[in-house]
Amino acid sequence: MALERSEVEKIAHLARLGLNEGDIPQTTETLNSILGLIDQMQAVDTQGIEPLAHPLEATQRLRADVVNESNQRDAYQAIAPAVESGLYLVPKVIE
Amino acid sequence: MHQLTLAEIARGLADKQFSAEELSLSLLARIAQLDPQLNSFITVTEDLALEQAKAADARRAAGENSPLLGAPIAHKDLFCTNGVLTSCGSKILTGFKAPYDATVVEKLKTAGTVTLGKLNMDEFAMGSANESSHYGPVKNPWDTSRVPGGSSGGSAAAVAARLLPAATGTDTGGSIRQPAALTNLTGIKPTYGRVSRWGMIAYASSLDQGGPLARTAEDCALLLGAMAGFDSKDSTSVDQPVDDYLAALAQPLAGLRIGLPKEYFGAGLDARIGEKVMAVVEELKKLGATVKDISLPSMQHAIPAYYVIAPAEASSNLSRFDGVRFGYRCENPKDLQDLYKRSRGEGFGAEVKRRIMVGTYALSAGYYDAYYIKAQQIRRLIKNDFVAAFKDVDVILGPTTPNLAWKLGEKNADPVSAYLEDIYTITANLAGIPGLSMPAGFVDGLPVGVQLLGNYFQEGRLLNVAHQYQQVSDWHKATPAGF
Repeated sequence: MALERSEVEKIAHLARLGLNEGDIPQTTETLNSILGLIDQMQAVDTQGIEPLAHPLEATQRLRADVVNESNQRDAYQAIAPAVESGLYLVPKVIE
Repeated sequence: MHQLTLAEIARGLADKQFSAEELSLSLLARIAQLDPQLNSFITVTEDLALEQAKAADARRAAGENSPLLGAPIAHKDLFCTNGVLTSCGSKILTGFKAPYDATVVEKLKTAGTVTLGKLNMDEFAMGSANESSHYGPVKNPWDTSRVPGGSSGGSAAAVAARLLPAATGTDTGGSIRQPAALTNLTGIKPTYGRVSRWGMIAYASSLDQGGPLARTAEDCALLLGAMAGFDSKDSTSVDQPVDDYLAALAQPLAGLRIGLPKEYFGAGLDARIGEKVMAVVEELKKLGATVKDISLPSMQHAIPAYYVIAPAEASSNLSRFDGVRFGYRCENPKDLQDLYKRSRGEGFGAEVKRRIMVGTYALSAGYYDAYYIKAQQIRRLIKNDFVAAFKDVDVILGPTTPNLAWKLGEKNADPVSAYLEDIYTITANLAGIPGLSMPAGFVDGLPVGVQLLGNYFQEGRLLNVAHQYQQVSDWHKATPAGF
């Protein structure tokens, strides 16, 4: 099954990736070539096989419900593109 | 001094033949002189290195004598280093000075290593040629018109060129073993969960593992011993004691059972590589090993499964790069959506965008079962193959790569052709078992690697086999001309 240009645009939107208009045909072609490789999976009989998500089949470790992090807002905001008064700045979202 | 291994450096420092500061100065001068040919470093941390070297010398003067005290290393640029640019080879992390050290960085610092800098890599570790870096491709010191492999290509090129004795790397589908093979080094990907992933920028979280690249198995044992161990900050870290890898090296190989999977010697393998690999097998037999033909039938499905699982995890992991909290932000965003889309569109390179899109598609409504669940089922089949094989053999041996290092740019037009180069390495990541690559000779002046795969937590056995082989072979001592 080959992706159409409109589907590629939709995937890019879902992934919040801005694509250049001119790159879309090439991107579509390459994605279809990768999906062609991936589609080889469909020939494998996996009926009744339990999916493996973690190589050691470990489950999430739990810890005591206590504070174990200190506030590092200043250190983290020092490397942000735009901050003011301890807040991250983004374009206006509410008109 | 640049020819010394970590083990030799430890002896030289202990015997006061040279100081850590002298060693670092000498290597920093070498990096300045030779790295322009290779582009293996993204950042050279000269001031930090000299400060750490002086501190190591002071600790030795005060009576400390641990083997890595004063040992010069460098980190793949996806390990976060406090106050130092951590780029992951990407434009999107422009100006990102990590606010903390990765656990691996912290552990090696505590052991007394001296950090010479941060090493080039494929962007977000996505690649097998080190050509997708925003900071330009890395060249292979054995032939600078060829790729060093990837994604830990900077680590491999720098160590192979004797710019430093060892480096850290990470391996999601072969990114330590494949560049080690293409540059004549020894590198080990540990069992999943053995080395903490905390502070290691994630590509595919269920596959990523950090590990060392060095010129000998002994040096890998030394470094891995310091890197490995439980870390409460990594939710997938395994809480079990770390073996004494150095002690494991000396074990004789008599009785070692080696499995040779027929799938590793079939179509697609450069026959000259196959011959070198079989010559290693003959040597190991002389050391007392026995050989058994085995089969790993699900291996043929590994690449398609990997290129679902890894991109799916990447699409989720890389959603954190949004142009808001750190790194690159586009100019004059008109609204929040525009900020996200243009920051990510301009900040990520082509291969990263491709993998994010493949992953987004595989995880999207209506396709989840057909792609992601199917890939995870194949993942279990691959694991089952190994579980069955390790009932009869101690290690599995084969080539690390199907081909020699290729020319820069040769596989850029068709990403799928580069994906196929990972065929022998990715099964270890899918199953979570440890894998090691070591030098096995040369074809047309280019290095060949042999891969050893072991059962879970058998890193010591792999290092042992490699070390014993390196006692009766000289391949690992060869130095590229001009370096």
